Amino acid sequence: MTDIHWDSAAGIAASVAAGTITARAVIEATLGRIAERDGVLNAFTDVTWARALARADAIDAGAVSGPLAGVPFAVKNLFDVAELPTRAGSAINRERAPAERDSVLIERLERAGAVLVGALNMGEYAYDFTGENLHDGPSRNPHDTTRMTGGSSGGSGGAVAGGLVPLALGSDTNGSIRVPASLCGLFGLKPTFGRLPRSGSFPFVSSLDHLGPLARSVRDLALAYDAMQGHDVGDPACADRPADPVTPTLDSGLSGLRIARAGGYFRANQMPEATAAVDRIAAALDIRRDIELPEVARARAAAYLITTAEGAALHLKRLRSRAADFDPDVRDRLIAGAMIPAPMLIQAQKFRRWYRDAMLRLFEGVDAIIAPATPCSAPLLGQKTFVLDGVELPVRANMGIFTQPISFIGLPVVAVPVAGTMPIAVQIIAPPWREDIALRIARYLESTGAATAQRPADQE
Amino acid sequence: MTDATLDAFIDASAALLGLTIEPAWRAPVRANLAVSLRMGALVLDFPLHDDAEPAPVFVA
Repeated sequence: MTDIHWDSAAGIAASVAAGTITARAVIEATLGRIAERDGVLNAFTDVTWARALARADAIDAGAVSGPLAGVPFAVKNLFDVAELPTRAGSAINRERAPAERDSVLIERLERAGAVLVGALNMGEYAYDFTGENLHDGPSRNPHDTTRMTGGSSGGSGGAVAGGLVPLALGSDTNGSIRVPASLCGLFGLKPTFGRLPRSGSFPFVSSLDHLGPLARSVRDLALAYDAMQGHDVGDPACADRPADPVTPTLDSGLSGLRIARAGGYFRANQMPEATAAVDRIAAALDIRRDIELPEVARARAAAYLITTAEGAALHLKRLRSRAADFDPDVRDRLIAGAMIPAPMLIQAQKFRRWYRDAMLRLFEGVDAIIAPATPCSAPLLGQKTFVLDGVELPVRANMGIFTQPISFIGLPVVAVPVAGTMPIAVQIIAPPWREDIALRIARYLESTGAATAQRPADQE
Repeated sequence: MTDATLDAFIDASAALLGLTIEPAWRAPVRANLAVSLRMGALVLDFPLHDDAEPAPVFVA
């Protein structure tokens, strides 16, 4: 049998369906692995032992079936999990009453047979790119435990890259799925804004929040994504459109696709490993041209403003009454965010429309665009600054310089990992509602070996 | 923009918003506000027509 901890979700589901292993054996092995390894990785903040074993027994009894039957998964702790307070990485929220029901995406994955095994560490209130957490300690990168996982879905990255679960859910407002996918060497999908319902998750920036999966294979991303698609009235931003299953076209290859590499802004402000990773993916895709995205720096600035202002509005009551209970790095940015002059915020939302229209015109001539996911591979835990193009910048705010201008208008992106001493990912960016294109390209890159979720060297 | 200008804005805004800023928080709040205002200036500098529509998603 394949080592269960490094098997794919698809592989586990096939084994359970074939009866070569029981769901209970899978879940017991997973819980054992978490107990053995999470003391180092600090990916989990809650392990839901009892419900996971009960769910596994229901699957083995034939009460639940589906394409993910028996597959363990975990979620960033901003997803509601019944009977747990939704802490969203904060000290304040853990005083909340336990959630009465699971978030909609958990319900949908469990309906497809997956088994929730716990909730995962994250940066406080998702305002983070490091994966560090003042209250719960940092999640640690499985490829080098002295390094960051990337945030804010840091525990999601660490849990999947560390072989604790094959599948995790995260959220991505400005890059919080794609940054940990890059630093931990995983495939990550940030779907189109409005594609997956956020019902039952703790928000950060309602204009920009997305949810999505991280996994070690493209097929697993696609299986999870297909199981989660569909409208839900609980999220006013969720588009009322039919599901577009991606699994059937995953192996269609590159035929007919015009792919370009983002130039200008996306060629600057990066370490050599970021450039090398995009070079490698560009070569594998036989990309011969750069394309200029319009006004990218302004797009990033507008996303930054909307984030800090909406985040401040969300947390204003808590900033008034309990400011000392925040992580200072989060608090000081939110206080400043509360003071943004209104015309700047309104102009940022107007610019967002302009930028969206300009990007849609760009997509008339191209089907997908590749760009770096992060400016560098994983920094050291505690590292506060790095130097990009000769300028010393804060790590926490600048790990997202390449992801932020893309999520700003909700384009679907798959982060594909390139192996190395430390991994780093490349973004495959598609037009709105064309997750299928980004996933097809990612699957092609995986099949040729250009993209791979490498196993940590000490776990070979 | 000088630190004194920013501090005066921070003090007035904090009073209006009901926020208390401990002395140790002042420098990072000021630094963050300065970054945000630079971003804001960049965005405001972009020429948009009067009929440009904002893009928040709202479905009634």
